[in-house]
Amino acid sequence: MDKFKLEYRQYGNKALLIEWPRMVNEAILNDILKFKNAILQEIDTFELIPAYNSLTLISTTPIDFKSLTSRLKKVYKQNYTFEKIQKKLWHIPVCYDLDFGIDLEAFSLEKKLNIEEIIKFHSEPLYTIYCIGFLPGFMYLGGLNKTLHHPRRGVPRLQIPQGSVGIGGEQTGIYPQESPGGWNIIGNSPVKVFNTNNENPCGVSVGDKIKFYPINKDEHELITIQVAAGIFHLKTYELDDTNT
Amino acid sequence: MIQIHKPGFYSSIQDLGRFEYRDKGVPISGVMDMISAKFANKLIGNPEKAAVLEITMTGPELEFNEETLIAISGAIISPKLNGNDIYNDEVYHIKKGDMISFGKLKNGFRCYLAVQGGFKTETVLGSKSWYVSLTNYSHLQRGKTLEIAKRKEYKVKEHLPGMNHDFNNKELEVYKGPEFNLLSKDQVNQVLSGIFNVAKENSRMAYQLKQQLFPHKYSILTSSTLPGTVQFTPAGKLIILMKDAQTTGGYPRILQLTEEAIALLAQKRTDEEIIFSLKE
Repeated sequence: MDKFKLEYRQYGNKALLIEWPRMVNEAILNDILKFKNAILQEIDTFELIPAYNSLTLISTTPIDFKSLTSRLKKVYKQNYTFEKIQKKLWHIPVCYDLDFGIDLEAFSLEKKLNIEEIIKFHSEPLYTIYCIGFLPGFMYLGGLNKTLHHPRRGVPRLQIPQGSVGIGGEQTGIYPQESPGGWNIIGNSPVKVFNTNNENPCGVSVGDKIKFYPINKDEHELITIQVAAGIFHLKTYELDDTNT
Repeated sequence: MIQIHKPGFYSSIQDLGRFEYRDKGVPISGVMDMISAKFANKLIGNPEKAAVLEITMTGPELEFNEETLIAISGAIISPKLNGNDIYNDEVYHIKKGDMISFGKLKNGFRCYLAVQGGFKTETVLGSKSWYVSLTNYSHLQRGKTLEIAKRKEYKVKEHLPGMNHDFNNKELEVYKGPEFNLLSKDQVNQVLSGIFNVAKENSRMAYQLKQQLFPHKYSILTSSTLPGTVQFTPAGKLIILMKDAQTTGGYPRILQLTEEAIALLAQKRTDEEIIFSLKE
């Protein structure tokens, strides 16, 4: 396994930040997740927050930066290529009806793509979750088809409905709750990837894969009811290193 | 049970925070001024993590339908018991039918009302802290009620401890943030020797500062942020993240406040001055 040159930075007196080279790619993300697992086996007193090219260790009590850094460097040097990263693939329904996709028509005109093409290009890729943040359960997804890259709206909307699926720059994602936002809205997903009623409120993790599949308005309505009743379950598949 | 007659400007139930879900994008929330909140709990024999009512700027009017002990710490918002003045950092025995209200804000910005045993509100993801979209309420509402957890016998100590927490202090102790080194010597000087004012955009999520420093083009790949992180926007503004802040961000993180500095900043209001003091 390729090892990277890491930077260890003190982040206040209770956190430590580890940084990988500044690139968005799967090899870096996998290395972050493997290091995270290795750290968890050694030291279990931290919250570990992975994102793009970083891993942040947060403690509730002050940490000794120097001794922790040397300990971590040792862990990183160990050969833990055997470490398996548990990953899941999630199939998430999206309704691209114009009633939900309030920017679809404008988007289609500006990109000179018809709506069928947009749906095809958006629901085809296997997206990678590089980070979860901004809002509870908000996934930063990588892997958007280049033809769909599009700048954020000049003026953000004050209220975007829960479940809205949008495109902002090179990214796509779902607004897990009603919130302000500047992305171009192309559809809506009736599922909740973050739900405090569930024993595990957020099944998705950084490193997991997302595949969107188009549904019509009737199916959207049905799934909305099933979600409210707690009887809708997202289709998930376990992935291992060989097929990631 | 406590009946809410008036909610006040922004009052919410908070404990020490919601941990272990930051990797799912859940802010830690919790009391903004941990020093005052812990102190209020301590006065009446509660564990320091007991849920308290965080009161901002103007206080609520509350009718107690049961007996309890209370203590108020933090900002001085002229608290009253049945219309008569009472004082911060003292313990009061509340009887059925008693009314707690507040008057003029005299010092600080947030105070903490602790009840014996703590507030018994919903626990979501291991915390009682209210946060919009996670908990049923984000702030107190007129006509609603609050439950008090079962209380144990507690003998009030004759000599109450004193609290050392001066809200008029301007000095926020900070560590260097992960991107501190992006700043040149001049820029470091500007940040560390400047006097800043709290902008009107201040809330449980973040405190923005009024001054505009030099614009820049530094950015980072989205990475984790903490309460107390000082973000430096490309326009040259400083944003200090607070307890309800999002867990990730893309702006350089140039400074990191200590927990004590967060508690002090939580007591500042619009226009008030602050300075940063680097802790080695």
